[in-house]
Amino acid sequence: MTLGDRPAAKLLEIKNLIVHLRVGERTLRAVDGVDLVIERGECVSIVGESGSGKTTLARAMLRLLPPVELAEFTGEVLFDGQDIRMLPDGLLQKMRRAGTFSMVFQDPLGYLNPTQRVGAQIAEALPPGLSISASRQRTLDLLREVGLRDAELVARRYPHELSGGMRQRALIALALAPSPALLVADEPTTSLDATVQLQVLETLRRLHRQRDMALVVITHDLGLVAELCDRVYVMRAGKVVESADVFTLFESPKHPYTARLIELCTRGAPPVAAAADGEAVS
Amino acid sequence: MIVVVLLVFGMLQLTPGDPVQAMVGQYPVPAEFREAIERHYHLNDPFLSRLWQYFANLAHGDLGFSFQMQRPVLDLILERAPRTLILAASGFLLGIPIGMAVGVLSATSQNRHVDRFWTTTTLVAYAVPGFWLGQLLVIFFAMQLGWFPTQGMAPLVSRASGIGWLLERARYLVLPAVTYAIYEATRVARLMRANVIETLGQGYIVTARAKGLSRAAVIRRHVLRNSSLPVVTIMGYAFGVAMGGAVLIETVFSWPGVGLLLIEAIRARDNQVVVGVVLFVSFAVILMNLMVDLLYCALDPRIRTGT
Repeated sequence: MTLGDRPAAKLLEIKNLIVHLRVGERTLRAVDGVDLVIERGECVSIVGESGSGKTTLARAMLRLLPPVELAEFTGEVLFDGQDIRMLPDGLLQKMRRAGTFSMVFQDPLGYLNPTQRVGAQIAEALPPGLSISASRQRTLDLLREVGLRDAELVARRYPHELSGGMRQRALIALALAPSPALLVADEPTTSLDATVQLQVLETLRRLHRQRDMALVVITHDLGLVAELCDRVYVMRAGKVVESADVFTLFESPKHPYTARLIELCTRGAPPVAAAADGEAVS
Repeated sequence: MIVVVLLVFGMLQLTPGDPVQAMVGQYPVPAEFREAIERHYHLNDPFLSRLWQYFANLAHGDLGFSFQMQRPVLDLILERAPRTLILAASGFLLGIPIGMAVGVLSATSQNRHVDRFWTTTTLVAYAVPGFWLGQLLVIFFAMQLGWFPTQGMAPLVSRASGIGWLLERARYLVLPAVTYAIYEATRVARLMRANVIETLGQGYIVTARAKGLSRAAVIRRHVLRNSSLPVVTIMGYAFGVAMGGAVLIETVFSWPGVGLLLIEAIRARDNQVVVGVVLFVSFAVILMNLMVDLLYCALDPRIRTGT
């Protein structure tokens, strides 16, 4: 897919985005003038080391930053040509429920409510107006779609009763509930074991293809990027220092920072094995 | 419980005062009368012998005998306990929801002045002594406006029956219960505010927002329950303690509950009653803690065993 040969509005277009956060007394320039484009159905990665502002960028593009911490939030976040940065809460909520964009978080235990059953939490994210049996069926379908074979059992469990990989899958199912056109996955595999990482990646790739859903993967792991994505944005200190398609980036990195990241990654990269896709309750 | 008995029993040995003198009042006690009394109630037996006798009676469900009131201690407590229960229950039932509402409102309000207003109000109400607040309420609502009786639990003479009887009693309950509720509400509000602020910082709140839930739905479905858990613990324990009667509130309103019994007993050196009341309270606290644990299991799935 090449850029710029489509007349329709881009799925997501970010222009000169600046996000400054209040951290105690200081102001943190987390995102400092970022331009970024995501087309429909493509898989894009945002890469950078910890503290480079990639998570803040991801949250800013879905407007999930806590308002109290925002010191500055300027630029444009155009979703289908509409700037969601200043959208009133009611409209934003409607957009989220209608499946425009959703997010998978890094730490599935913290991002699932500990006192509610997994099934209920997924059902809550479904589009409104479904009957009880229909929403139950959709919940089970989603759990199966993300590779949880014992969907009925998982739906009845509480988050702490599931393994890390299963929790991450449940969180992906939750994010998929409104059938989003864009899924942002923030370090989706960081908190998982190496083998489970590959399985979850495989699931994400399959979902991205089957659903023709745009996927943004935030990560510091370039190996993961090479496996999954079409294009890469490399971030450092709140700025995008390089953007290219995966092959170009790996063949001839322009920025020395990218080159160093690639070097680090190829030196210690785990061998990519064919991972089984799916998980059962043990 | 045994430790509690030992402690209270021991402490009462150290307190000054003469039970026989307290019984007789302001008159000199004739020597033969004193001797008869002391023999009858085993007042001069050695400490350990009396302690042993007390435990032996306790094992039979006998809390001793009040020589001031000339009735068994257990009877006295059981007669007073329902009154204290009614007062405490009304205070808690009124105070806890108010406190929770204020706490949530204060924690979630986006307007800093609203939060500051409630935080200050709560702090002031918390700092005001209950007996003083009670007296203010009596002066205003009972004496000036005449809406409610000033003290007691029921009229001396009553011809009402059925619903009328109930309403008549309820009028006596209002002021002490409100005083009670204000104090409990401030405690709950402070606790709830801190809990809600903590819960709002959790990841699953971001998830709930990302789902497209409205602010109200996020608070109702994800914040309330998780923030209420510590309130359950504190209030359960407080309710157990409350079975000992809110001594000051019962005194101000002459509410004839366990607290007032305790005060009367201490004044009269009626030691058996004092030990009995303390024992009763510790029993209530233990019982409430058990109930809190059970309730916790129902509210928080992480506590359930075998998972």
